[in-house]
Amino acid sequence: MAFTIEVNGVERTVDVDGEMPLLWVLRDVLDLKGSKYGCGAGLCGACTVHLDGEPTRSCLTPISRVGTAKVTTIEGIGETLLGRRVQNAWLDVDVMQCGYCQAGQIMSAAALLAKTPRPSDRNIDSAMTGNVCRCCTYPRIRAAIKKAAGLSTADARMP
Amino acid sequence: MTRFAGLSAAAARRSDGALPSRRAFLKTGAAVGGGLLLHAVLPGLARAASAESEAQGAAMLNAFVSIARDGSVTIVAKNPEIGQGVKTMLPMLIAEELDVDWQDVRTAQADLDTEKYGRQVAGGSMATPLNWEPLRRVGAAGRQMLVAAAAQSWDVPADECSTAQGVVHHAKSGRKLGYGALVEKAAALPAPDLASVRLKDPRDFKIIGQPLPGVDDPLVVAGKPLFGIDVAVPGMLYAVFQKCPVFGGKVASANTDAIKSLPGVRAAFVVEGGDNPQGLVGGVAIVADSWWAASSARDKLQVTWNEGPTRTQSSAGFASAAAALAKSAPQHALRRDGDPGAGFARAAQVIEASYTYPFLAHIDLEPQNCTAHVHDGKVEIWAPTQNPAPGALLVAATLGISESDVIVHMTRVGGGFGRRLRNDFMVEAAFIAKTVGAPVKLLWSREDDVQHDFYRPAGFHFLKGGVDADGKLVALSDHFVTFGHGERVADAAGMDASEFPAGLVANLDYGLSLMPLGVPTGPLRAPGANGIAFVFQSFLDELAHAAGQDPVDFHLAVLGEKGDPGRDFDTSRLRGVIELVAEKSGWANRHKLPKGTGMGIAAYFCHLGYFAEVVQATVAPSGAVKVDKVWVAGDVGSQIINPSNAENQVQGAALDGIGAALGQAITIDKGRVVEANFDTVKPLRMRQAPPVEVHFRITDHRPTGLGEPALPPVIPALCNALFAATGKRVRSLPINNAELKWS
Ligand code: FES
Ligand code: FES
Repeated sequence: MAFTIEVNGVERTVDVDGEMPLLWVLRDVLDLKGSKYGCGAGLCGACTVHLDGEPTRSCLTPISRVGTAKVTTIEGIGETLLGRRVQNAWLDVDVMQCGYCQAGQIMSAAALLAKTPRPSDRNIDSAMTGNVCRCCTYPRIRAAIKKAAGLSTADARMP
Repeated sequence: MTRFAGLSAAAARRSDGALPSRRAFLKTGAAVGGGLLLHAVLPGLARAASAESEAQGAAMLNAFVSIARDGSVTIVAKNPEIGQGVKTMLPMLIAEELDVDWQDVRTAQADLDTEKYGRQVAGGSMATPLNWEPLRRVGAAGRQMLVAAAAQSWDVPADECSTAQGVVHHAKSGRKLGYGALVEKAAALPAPDLASVRLKDPRDFKIIGQPLPGVDDPLVVAGKPLFGIDVAVPGMLYAVFQKCPVFGGKVASANTDAIKSLPGVRAAFVVEGGDNPQGLVGGVAIVADSWWAASSARDKLQVTWNEGPTRTQSSAGFASAAAALAKSAPQHALRRDGDPGAGFARAAQVIEASYTYPFLAHIDLEPQNCTAHVHDGKVEIWAPTQNPAPGALLVAATLGISESDVIVHMTRVGGGFGRRLRNDFMVEAAFIAKTVGAPVKLLWSREDDVQHDFYRPAGFHFLKGGVDADGKLVALSDHFVTFGHGERVADAAGMDASEFPAGLVANLDYGLSLMPLGVPTGPLRAPGANGIAFVFQSFLDELAHAAGQDPVDFHLAVLGEKGDPGRDFDTSRLRGVIELVAEKSGWANRHKLPKGTGMGIAAYFCHLGYFAEVVQATVAPSGAVKVDKVWVAGDVGSQIINPSNAENQVQGAALDGIGAALGQAITIDKGRVVEANFDTVKPLRMRQAPPVEVHFRITDHRPTGLGEPALPPVIPALCNALFAATGKRVRSLPINNAELKWS
């Protein structure tokens, strides 16, 4: 069945089963490989995209339920000023180890900062806890979010 | 399986750790498109692969450096990048001595070609010790040739010339020439003897020691396809492979005809498979137009399995078998010093305790996958692997083709941790691609990945320690019940006879007993140490408390005043990091911490690195654990090559250990793994990750690796902190909050 969705500002039509998760439409049909598969069960956040700005696990989102929502992926997040700032903060802090989780981390961080421009450590914890980093780059993810927010990057949770 | 008694592990570590000979020579040539190509050749490193290098008793090293006429430098990174930072770090070594501007350096990932590059493995934290000097010599030799070329052009002595940022200068005449303008002339010069080239004084380093970001960072944040899972080949199909949930089981029958008729499915077939878990095992392959179609079809798959003998094995069964074995003497002696019986008899206090740790999965965030294309009598493979060479051999053997017809492209790897030292996914992809006659991307589901790993083996330790009236450790014994058959210990399930504190306690007895195991095992980050350090460093803390001593003082007393020359590690370096971490963490003031909060310390030497760590943790009366902070002190020699990556690796290793201790276990029941996804095998989460403060002690030793040695001490440091906070001793992992309740 044909579905037309808006991805990173461009209308794309795909002919797939309505149950096919957005993640696999993006990766294997539209060749946008930035969103990652980690668990397929909403447990790791590697597949996080934005639907109308809301962070969403694309592995659990059937294509039939996307409707008219604007889909933004890691490939498109740099088009917004905030998204670009988050990516730059990630580069400045040198967050990455293997890098596999980082697309999802950046998407969750950008969504957090859009709503909460000056997040506390607690805000960061709750917004980011669904995103697993197996390499445990958490201290740097935290620092990069603060950097993108223009806050001090020091970890103030303990002296 | 390794040879019996863990001794083999020690031997392997030594041979792995053997540093390459300094005798080496360099070959030069014209680079494609003009320019200088440096191709270093070292004897004694890796195996001699090409006929030519065999004839010379040499194997080729590591790296290509090419300098183009425009002065840009391309350095090939030969090892797989699994997040440990080698794609940045190895080229830094060359660039430093070549004396170029890091901005002008491009790096390129090598394909598998051990003839060209030597050992191409991400494992054992060996990239630094194996390459620290050889790669700098490659760079220095290049610089020397470029200087010689400039000196010839100007007709001045070479030693009047200097270099900086890719330019040769002649101060006396004020002349200068960029490397790009010199490469043609330099390429025609004889290559210098690598052993004789002069290396920089470390004080003059401009690249080494700088916190440089990873070379692929910009691609990662932009979501560019880099990983194995991102590979796309024209005409590619997608595969899933259902293996028997019980290890070693085979397919009796399956409804493959029904599966074939499902939407998008191109093929479904039974794979007979063999008995080597590292190769092709029994299962059902489903190949479809999309991975989603293949995966959906699998939901309808019905298989009758011949489960085989492992179906009777379980974690609970192993625990009771281990307890029964502990009642008798160990089946195999590992080490005996002094007179343990007499030592215990003379001790003022004897403490007995049993410790256990579970099987663990690697849970690389990128599930195992591989893309294979069989064409023109060859098989071309794109694989996220830590260890491509054995994978290529297995593929050749499985497909019945020559090893030289297996082409392996190494992709960026979304996490290794030792899992991808095994290449079962590579063999599966190649076999399926060959069977269907089309390029195939095989992708495991997360459930496949959790349930078909080479697990960190569980272990059971039955310990006894004796302290004398002065609080000195005078006798120690460990009966280690582990896995194996006959004289062979299962992979990564051994213990070194030199396991700490052997050699430092007058009366000591280490013994082993083995239980048969049908579950595949293998190395997980800091293999052996990741479980054994928990046991010994926790027990040491128990003994310190029994002796009424500060655990730091007790530990230092065990180490003794001087480095023991009979040991394979330098006790003074371990002492140094213990003292440093005690100072940085405010260990002496820990008594001021509120009730329910405690500090614990542990230290360990492995993978040539010395680490001591202090954890501060708070336990709620309900038993809920919060890790407040970790302090790390490490000694990996004279130079931290890339401080940014070094800190990241150390923080990651410490948090990795905390994650494993807090939430991870693989449970075997009826020969299969119970856990399947991240709801039951729990990775550490942001809100659980404490700050990790990292300090390095710079010592006059050759630099060594960082990926692994920072992990082992953190688990016992955490458990010792929980004891300090609650008075409850954690002797079994993962940590069980219910056992930490206090009021
Ligand atoms: S892949 Fe979607 S949450 Fe893990
Ligand atoms: S950087 Fe490897 S999983 Fe996050």
